[in-house]
Amino acid sequence: MAEKNFTVTSESGIHARPATALVNKAGQYSSDVTLDYNGKSVNLKSIMGVMSLGIQQNSEITIKAEGSDADDAIAGLSEVMENEGLGK
Amino acid sequence: MSNQLTGIGASAGIAIAKAFVLENPALEIEQKTITDADAEIERFEAAVHIAKEELEVIKNHANEQLGEDKAAIFAAHLLVLSDPELLNAVKDKVNNEKVNAESAMSDVSNMFISMFENMDNEYMKERAADIRDVSKRVLAHLLGVTFTSPGAITDEVIVLAEDLTPSDTAQLNKQFVKGFATDIGGRTSHSAIMARSMEIPAVVGTKTITSEDVEGKMVIIDGIDGNVIVDPSEEEIAEYTKKKENFEAKKQEWAKLVNEPTTTKDEKHVELAANIGTPEDVKGVLENGGEGVGLYRTEFLYMGRNELPTEEEQFNSYKEVLEKMEGKPVVIRTLDIGGDKELPYLNLPKEMNPFLGFRAIRLCLEETEIFRTQLRALLRASVYGNLKVMFPMIATVGEFRQAKEMLLSVKEELIREGVEVSEDIEVGMMVEIPATAAMADVFAKEVDFFSVGTNDLIQYTMAADRMNQKVSYLYQPYNPAILRLVKMVIDAAHKEGKWAGMCGEMAGDQIAIPILLGLGLDEFSMSATSILPARSQMTKLSKEEISSHIDHILSLATNEEVIAYVTEHFATEEL
Repeated sequence: MAEKNFTVTSESGIHARPATALVNKAGQYSSDVTLDYNGKSVNLKSIMGVMSLGIQQNSEITIKAEGSDADDAIAGLSEVMENEGLGK
Repeated sequence: MSNQLTGIGASAGIAIAKAFVLENPALEIEQKTITDADAEIERFEAAVHIAKEELEVIKNHANEQLGEDKAAIFAAHLLVLSDPELLNAVKDKVNNEKVNAESAMSDVSNMFISMFENMDNEYMKERAADIRDVSKRVLAHLLGVTFTSPGAITDEVIVLAEDLTPSDTAQLNKQFVKGFATDIGGRTSHSAIMARSMEIPAVVGTKTITSEDVEGKMVIIDGIDGNVIVDPSEEEIAEYTKKKENFEAKKQEWAKLVNEPTTTKDEKHVELAANIGTPEDVKGVLENGGEGVGLYRTEFLYMGRNELPTEEEQFNSYKEVLEKMEGKPVVIRTLDIGGDKELPYLNLPKEMNPFLGFRAIRLCLEETEIFRTQLRALLRASVYGNLKVMFPMIATVGEFRQAKEMLLSVKEELIREGVEVSEDIEVGMMVEIPATAAMADVFAKEVDFFSVGTNDLIQYTMAADRMNQKVSYLYQPYNPAILRLVKMVIDAAHKEGKWAGMCGEMAGDQIAIPILLGLGLDEFSMSATSILPARSQMTKLSKEEISSHIDHILSLATNEEVIAYVTEHFATEEL
């Protein structure tokens, strides 16, 4: 299992467009990928799961991956977080 | 036997093609018990698959026609259809409860919809509409109901609809959609404005086009005279093909005027500018030989989204327009929201008379944070071109002073921060409220320019809601009451050495142009596609000669008398 913490820096939080990018990326890995926020954990391959968290600016989130390509998944998703200006 | 309907010509041109009726079917979901769950799941997956294919087509069209930004929403819709939480929930329900796919899908998506609707974040609440949209598409396939999406059209057709929403028009592909006709709407409704900017022929307000038996039949749209002919005879097709050719020839003649200045027969110059809504519209302005932007409606930056645009976003848009116009004048109107233009995320209370209510500058002077953000963006952009700032819906001198003061304080703030701001920004106002026309001589001492907004000026002067069809006969642009007000504004401006423009539909109107020229209007701002016909008409008009008719025109009794007088005495450009 691999995991990484992020602080959301984007002004509008994780809204539809960056969420789309994250979910698309997560879907490329065979590992189970989850997004934890505020005591809730959702499937990062689910757009509605991600959106339902309503993540705002300055939120602390954790992305976890479990499976054969867990490390790759975390690396790939970190890249999306940075490229989309979501946070580090 | 052909059948002719009359509506309002919303966008000039002729189109002849097969009818395509855009329907919005109601879906009735019935819960049924099933026996073969696997087959039901297969049926569900097939419906999802087709829906995805459709969305791919829509997304690609939107990408080409509107840019990646606007297409992004369809990428999100596609993801909803791949969402494991949604798909698995539906499949589990079918398996465990042995219900049909329609009712399972409907229950699951309703659960998600209410979850989003109950979130305390406005943006998330809006997402419920996206889920509803996507699930409707899948349900329609499950039920075998034809669900037509304008973006999925891949044949040459004429679209017929009760009305076209902004998201419908955003999906129209000019390559296939040759024109459209609607039941409702007028020359200034959203669909009409879009048709002109896309340059496709359109007739709106036919009242009954979608109730006719039209599906699959040939249809002629005459956006010049506002006619729609269903199932035309061969003679009619020949006649309209000829009319189409003539119109296109005329268009080519106009095209020669693109790089010419606008000069009247007696060598007077006036400025022909364009009304725009987004930076992308500038292309059309330049292609049609616009000498400036007379009205940039900034509210589009605020609409169709879920939160206010940031200063940076606004700055980028204003800068882009100013740069692309290369030093030509650009009049940017500050936020004109309220009235019929709502911003759900501002949570403004519903009003009994929105046109007489809390809108435009009234809102901006109260919600100063929103206003200051816009003013900062405008002033920062000012160094990239020839910016003129215009305030909408000013009723009193006090309001104008307050708005201008705020502009100056924002300017000082920026200068203190070391930001460069242009020193020659003209500050003017819209004349839409009769009170300001009556006080134009006083306003003229304080403003740099006036721009008459005719749609609102007419509705406020005639006390006739322009959204109400019952009183639409009172929309009388040539009524001498309106012309007299316009004269007061122009005269007042000139007396103080200021200029006067007009940015309503009337400024590009063939009947109004001779009168406005005679009244001394300096700037005519119109739909980009009206510029060349107007320039062509100007070359045939003598300003001095018309001025000698003005007293007589203003003494006429009715709208109709004015029209008759103008058509008899002055050249109009035949469309």
